[in-house]
Amino acid sequence: MLGIDKKDRNLLVVVAVLALAAPFILNPFPAGSELAQFNAGYPDLMQRFVIFGIFAIGFNILFGLTGYLSFGHAAFLGVGSYSAVWMFKLLSMNVLPAIILSVIVAGLFSLLIGFVSLRRSGIYFSILTLAFAQMSFNLAYSVLTPITNGETGLQLTLNDPRVLGSSATADGSIPVTNLFGLEMRSTYEMEVGAWLFQFNAGYYLCAFIMLAAFYLAMRIFRSPFGMMLRAIKTNQTRLNYTGLNSRPYTLAAFVISGMYAGLAGGLMASMDPLAGAERMQWTASGEVVLMTILGGAGTMLGPVLGAGFIKYFENIFSKINDSVLHGWFAFLPDGMENALVTIVHPFVGKGWHLTLGLLFMAVVIFLPGGLIEGGQRIAKMFKKKKGSSSDDDSEHSPKQAPHVAE
Amino acid sequence: MDAILLQTLNGLDKGSAYALIALGLTLIFGTLGVVNFAHGALFMIGSFCAVTLSRLLTLSFETVDPTKTDFLGNPAKVKTPYVEAWFGPEAGGTIIDWAVPLAIIFAIPVMIAIGYAMERGLIKHFYKRPHADQILVTFGLAIVLQEVIKYFFGANPIPTPAPEVFKGSFDFGMLIGMDANAVIYPYWRMVYFFFAALIIGGVFAFLQFTTFGMVVRAGMADRETVGLLGINIDRKFTIMFGIAAAVAGLAGVMYTPINSPNYHMGMDFLVLSFVVVVVGGMGSLPGAVLAGFMLGILESFASMNAIKAIIPGIDQIIIYVVAIVILLTRPRGLMGRKGVMED
Amino acid sequence: MGILEVKGVNKRFGGLQALGDVNLSVQENTVHAIIGPNGAGKSTLLNCLVGKLIPDTGSVMFDGQSVLGRKPHEINQMGISRVFQTPEIFSDLTVMENVLIPCFAKRDGAFRMHAYESVASEKEVIERAEAMLEDVNMLDKRHMHSASMSRGDKRRLEMAMCLVQEPKLLLLDEPTAGMARADTNNTIDLLKEINEKRDITMAIIEHDMHVVFSLAERITVLAQGTPLVEDTPENIKGHPKVQEAYLGQAH
Repeated sequence: MLGIDKKDRNLLVVVAVLALAAPFILNPFPAGSELAQFNAGYPDLMQRFVIFGIFAIGFNILFGLTGYLSFGHAAFLGVGSYSAVWMFKLLSMNVLPAIILSVIVAGLFSLLIGFVSLRRSGIYFSILTLAFAQMSFNLAYSVLTPITNGETGLQLTLNDPRVLGSSATADGSIPVTNLFGLEMRSTYEMEVGAWLFQFNAGYYLCAFIMLAAFYLAMRIFRSPFGMMLRAIKTNQTRLNYTGLNSRPYTLAAFVISGMYAGLAGGLMASMDPLAGAERMQWTASGEVVLMTILGGAGTMLGPVLGAGFIKYFENIFSKINDSVLHGWFAFLPDGMENALVTIVHPFVGKGWHLTLGLLFMAVVIFLPGGLIEGGQRIAKMFKKKKGSSSDDDSEHSPKQAPHVAE
Repeated sequence: MDAILLQTLNGLDKGSAYALIALGLTLIFGTLGVVNFAHGALFMIGSFCAVTLSRLLTLSFETVDPTKTDFLGNPAKVKTPYVEAWFGPEAGGTIIDWAVPLAIIFAIPVMIAIGYAMERGLIKHFYKRPHADQILVTFGLAIVLQEVIKYFFGANPIPTPAPEVFKGSFDFGMLIGMDANAVIYPYWRMVYFFFAALIIGGVFAFLQFTTFGMVVRAGMADRETVGLLGINIDRKFTIMFGIAAAVAGLAGVMYTPINSPNYHMGMDFLVLSFVVVVVGGMGSLPGAVLAGFMLGILESFASMNAIKAIIPGIDQIIIYVVAIVILLTRPRGLMGRKGVMED
Repeated sequence: MGILEVKGVNKRFGGLQALGDVNLSVQENTVHAIIGPNGAGKSTLLNCLVGKLIPDTGSVMFDGQSVLGRKPHEINQMGISRVFQTPEIFSDLTVMENVLIPCFAKRDGAFRMHAYESVASEKEVIERAEAMLEDVNMLDKRHMHSASMSRGDKRRLEMAMCLVQEPKLLLLDEPTAGMARADTNNTIDLLKEINEKRDITMAIIEHDMHVVFSLAERITVLAQGTPLVEDTPENIKGHPKVQEAYLGQAH
């Protein structure tokens, strides 16, 4: 079924269940309890999980498979956002045309940048993509202000000449984004005992698209095309002497990952119709690199995991302030409590980036395969303890797994 | 004519900073073969060395001055820096005023120590790893360093002035016989340029005329052979890392009066410095210096109103455009050697 | 008319004349060795044949078409496969995948956007790759990570990757360089076996005489960038010019 083998199908099912049940899974603590601040099951954050998941899945198709490290992918995300907002301004508040346009525009833009950048490899490629992205960012801030609205960012106004739809609603406010009438912001709330679960239309749209994107990436990984991309990463010389032209393969991978980024940008704008240049800055490109590596570059699940991990902790860590810390360590004697709070303080709250940086370094140094590799190692340890036959557990890593000719 | 001169001069200070950072990057890359994304952070730390010293020097104690009263009528508290108390108000004041140049002395050991620790503690383990891994781990380190600085110094820029003597500008045009007020140039920028020239000259002389430098240059050209001669090249390269860190740090120290230091300035400069290194040619020291000044000056020209009128926004993108054009037409940069980083 | 015709090829690197007026004709279904001392221009000549270098003057015709100005992948698609001095394989991939890639290249050409089909569903290609691995006695290793194999196995795998494309001409660049005697003999046996099993044209660049005389049907001796003689192994063995150029310099 679906043209994938059993292992992949199971993985897809797991991801689907996780994505669809996220409002439950991410809200394990009763509303109003002290731990409720660690709940992540609210629409805004859940949307970010899956949108950045899409972004990272796409980035992984380029970096994970071909090894070309792009430092400019945020540019495609930004372009996608701008296109979507313009679609809302000019055509309709329906998200479908906006998303389609953002994918197309990002695809064309990445075709252009990829065509030039892929003439070089290694660090030169990284610098070229970085240069293009910074250029787009600077232009969006300056000359392109009529299109991007500069520093303020592109927003909807009451005077937008929307062809299909009205400029303003009956009560004089800006219309909201919808999918054929289903408003993206509409949320169904369900109370079960002390728990409150939120089911948001926008989140589910993003989640379904993420699942489709994940499935598509899976097909690419298992296809001859994906195999060629991995071959490029390993040995381009041999590839050329085997009669294959590496340039169109890398360009195709670049454009596909650019379109994924555009899709993420389009979705971002669909959830909250505004777009700013800071989405294109190189730190934003760096973020998707972090997500992919942290989760595990070249693995199927890694990037999604990395995206979720970073976005979750970014949100949660920034909420941990000193009073929370005091709460945690309250059982200790006063002196120790204060000392511990002082030690932990720089790493939480506003210090989240410090933790992220350290974590990222640790992953690069000790776990080049990312969280996925960590998980595999732990799984192996358990297997050994149990003493069962240790079949090579490499389910998500295309590097080691022989998927073919079974 | 005077406009051209003015823009050239204006480009010099930024060009000097680019050249200094790119020089350090290239030293590290050429000797250790490591792509160091944390190099911008070293520049930033240098700047904060100046900030730290100026804060240390202005550490004060409070005394009550009975002759004055504050607006509530109470006796006013007067802050006196310890330095002034020790050396007298005159000399102490001068020392505080000269905090930035004095920070050079302070920064050199600090930066060398940081560089040494970085190399021994982290970079050493990445010589054999792919370049992508080096980029990633130093990128992580850069984030960590800038967050640490942010934790101690806050997120806002900290203005740190130049000594009183160098404040203000002088009429450079008059000096070379042009009309008055045609070319006005701030003193400190001139100082920065000469300082950069001195450092660059010093590094080149060091590499050219000392035995140490000779070994390092030989090692840059052919590491294995030098290793076979029984010379412990790794040790020398470690020291080079310290020197490169010091160069970046000093560039940062002296840049503080031009640009108030903030925690993310390193990243801002790093992106441009990498472009500079690539344009100059990976691994070429003269290329890095040349490209640094060239891009600084080009950037300054592009910000002229006359040019912006023809091509709007060119000042924002000129460096990147140049980088892209050079990379595509001269893959090894202006002065790059064959076979460097082409895998 | 040979399958590969090299006429009047010159190549200079700065002041160094690497190849001077090289003429060479490789006949179909023969094993042709190109020998010569170090620095004779063997590798330069090879690089001119596969598109890595472009000669200054002269022509290189393969199967009636010029190869000059074509990129390596285009030349491979014309039917020339190359074995490297140190085995070039896809070391992050499994043995099976290593052989599948040339199969796809042979079937689909230099580029095909087959991103949605699954490799596992390409039954014909898989069968072909398996048959090839069977041929070189590596079928049991097909799921192995190719980086972890011995050098001899890597060489064998690379050979399989080239052969599965059914090239019209197989170029071998010092296939036994740096090998121990036993490995060299194994490689010779492998090549002999290949040559017996299928009608294949091979051009071997080599300076190990033992290898050359065990395999070659024709030998061209290259010295200082120019062919000295071309003849059968028997005649080459006793040729005074060859002994002078080759042995004279080697000893």
